[in-house]
Amino acid sequence: MTTYAPVPGGPYMRKNKSVQRSMVLVMLALLPATAYGFYLYGWPSIILFSVTLASAFAFEVVCLKIRNQPIQIFAFDGSAIVTAWLIAVSLPPWAPWWIGVLGSAIAIVIGKHPYGGLGQNVFNPAMVARVALLISFPLEMTIFIKPIPIISEMAPSLGDSLGIIFGGASYDAFTSASLLGTIRTELGQGMVISDILRDSYQPLAWMIGNATGSLGEGAALLLTAGGIFLIYHRVITWHIPVSTIASIAIIAALFHLIDASRYPDAMVHVFTGATFLTAFFIATDPVTSPMSPRGQLFFGAALGLLIYILRTWSVYPEGASFAILIMNALTPMIDRYLRPRIFGRTYKGEPLKSEKRP
Amino acid sequence: MELFRIHGGARLEGRKSLTAHKPTQIAPIPSVLHIPVQQHVGEPAEPIVHVGDHVRKGQLIAASKKKISAPIHASTSGKIARIGDHQAPHPSGLPVLTITLEPDGKDEWTDLPPPIDLEKATSDEIAARVSDAGVVGMGGAAFPAAVKLNLGQRSKLETLIINGAECEPYLTCDDRLMQERPEKIVLGIRAMMQALRVQKSLVAIEGNKPQAVAAMSRECAKAIGIEVVEVPARYPMGSAKHLVQALTGKETPAKSRIADLGVLVHNVGTAYAVYEALYLGRPLISRIVTVSGHAIKNPGNYEVLIGTSIAYLVDLCGGMTSKPDQLFMGGPMMGIPLPDLDVPVVKGTLGVLALKAEKMHAQPVMPCISCGSCVIVCPAGLTPLEMASRIKHDDVEGAAKIGLNDCISCGSCNYVCPSHIPLVQYFNYGKGFLAERAKEKSNQERMKALAERRSKRDEDRRKELEKKHEEAKRRHAESIPQSGLESAT
Repeated sequence: MTTYAPVPGGPYMRKNKSVQRSMVLVMLALLPATAYGFYLYGWPSIILFSVTLASAFAFEVVCLKIRNQPIQIFAFDGSAIVTAWLIAVSLPPWAPWWIGVLGSAIAIVIGKHPYGGLGQNVFNPAMVARVALLISFPLEMTIFIKPIPIISEMAPSLGDSLGIIFGGASYDAFTSASLLGTIRTELGQGMVISDILRDSYQPLAWMIGNATGSLGEGAALLLTAGGIFLIYHRVITWHIPVSTIASIAIIAALFHLIDASRYPDAMVHVFTGATFLTAFFIATDPVTSPMSPRGQLFFGAALGLLIYILRTWSVYPEGASFAILIMNALTPMIDRYLRPRIFGRTYKGEPLKSEKRP
Repeated sequence: MELFRIHGGARLEGRKSLTAHKPTQIAPIPSVLHIPVQQHVGEPAEPIVHVGDHVRKGQLIAASKKKISAPIHASTSGKIARIGDHQAPHPSGLPVLTITLEPDGKDEWTDLPPPIDLEKATSDEIAARVSDAGVVGMGGAAFPAAVKLNLGQRSKLETLIINGAECEPYLTCDDRLMQERPEKIVLGIRAMMQALRVQKSLVAIEGNKPQAVAAMSRECAKAIGIEVVEVPARYPMGSAKHLVQALTGKETPAKSRIADLGVLVHNVGTAYAVYEALYLGRPLISRIVTVSGHAIKNPGNYEVLIGTSIAYLVDLCGGMTSKPDQLFMGGPMMGIPLPDLDVPVVKGTLGVLALKAEKMHAQPVMPCISCGSCVIVCPAGLTPLEMASRIKHDDVEGAAKIGLNDCISCGSCNYVCPSHIPLVQYFNYGKGFLAERAKEKSNQERMKALAERRSKRDEDRRKELEKKHEEAKRRHAESIPQSGLESAT
């Protein structure tokens, strides 16, 4: 009689998915918007992106080595690459190389591994990096260039690009602040919204992403396509993206209604800044967002409110990353108070009242 | 019919096509049958035959004396070869009391009771016959069926739900039964409705069994008050409480029974066994078993005598193509692992599955990334990731506070987890721990009560002794002057 060694308890079937598969799907979802960013900002952006990802992978391997973790399993789970990808797409596309490397270092070495690595971090590592960079290097982090498509004659060659990213070479490009930054500055100078936006109110261009901004934050339509792809593959659910965008839109519309001269309309808030990148790819980070659908709806709504507040009244008009960190900190509390309802019980955990029966 | 929404659930790969198209074959009588005296929830039956006795097919060989129990009958005619411990289909592989029967090959029926006259039969008579026939819930739980047929008298019931969902992957035994013997199932349902005094019955079948739906609809159309309802193939649709919610919209409150809602759920196989008991007088001595999995050469459905060894059954299917990576009884979600093939088929054996690793998608365990997939699929509305994390950190009580005991062990969370965390194993450990603790606590309380009673008794006795002592003293004191007086007089 053959004896089989049984697994002590079922189930004996699993869905064929894994952490690695989820990470690869996230990368695929980010690819269109990123590729469009490469098209808009040319070789320098491609170099910065590559440097950021490569250094994140190196930091990940070093950290795993120090922590004595199996490198072949964890280094290739894709999580470090996704983190670096999110940092890279939220950087000014022509930022110097060390911004990318430093961002990866902060995310992986400070934001991820001290907490225990994959799944254990309290804050979204990519946003920890972005916020640290924004506070430490406000100049480098807020110089955006106007899009110069890679096919145009104005675009820098590969050689020029290496100089821009590694050598700090100056290049004849139009730099400017982001739209949200401009609004903030000019409101401060006493101008009204209608004048500020007179020449730059181009919702269609914003949706496509053909506007000054970070490498991958602009292409709202491509990001939405990626987000729907992730929802379809059940890597994320609709709750956080929908509640975040709806919250920003509703609050912006309300304030615009109250005083149109000081508060730009919902289109500006929804389609510029990193609204779509944040809603679909950053706020939905599973580790740092609530686990239940109810919690996720609350998370998204509160995140939208915070983003609006920070954009409107703080000194950081590109404040989505701060809002994310605050909401990350609140996540354990949201998880504690907004649980799903247990079958046969009320939300408080009491058994449902049974109907009176004869 | 309009269906109601149920929370959670997972869409599983059905893998039923391995056997769904294969007609049920009658398995031949094996050379030996090992019939355990406990195949059901409740108390074991007690053997009433002796080694060397000759028994006939359907003869009572172990009787049930307790209320929640079921009698056991000889699966064929032959000689009682042994009464003793034999390996049981249980993950522990521990032996249970088993009656070993050597068939004589004649397959000779005992004198069966006449068919019951349903025109006149009372609820009690129907339930008594079902009880005597040893019928248990055929959906795997093996709860004595008659106990659930007597409920009509205690609580007012409205609807009988017949569970033909068969939501576990691979299994097709109910599917085949419904395709092949629908008229008999309907007769069984009608008798159950009569016993329960309900006017309405719903037969729930998952949409992935169109032929069963068609066959049952055809037969039910001829009966009054029985309706077939196609339910979505969404695991665990076959969970009784969830099926009730999907069909009636009623959610069974925690700590209540489904019957409190005026609803009762019986498996479709149970309805068939009830038919056999009432119309043919036959006890439950065989059942349909699905033998499947990619390690089985010719998967199929077999009507098997209770007590047939699983090794024999696997041989009927042409044996194994290769060594299976997992062998178990029941479905892949809630089945129990088998230590080896030398265990018998029992009344609750839905299937015998031999799976290959590549079809199980077993992968190394990764850290939890709190993706919440388990929260979305949990049909009990729990937060599996959090419960598992608390149990992992030795905080079983903490897990209980967030609903560990409301977990139905369906395994949906385990199925979808991208980190391949063995969630169900954490929960089983936690539930075992809590059960142990509860037992200890009740033991302690009993000991405490005993000790208190004892010290009270001691105290009482001491007081009594003191009282007696005092009295004796007093009497003694009284007696001295008295005697003095007496002597003086």
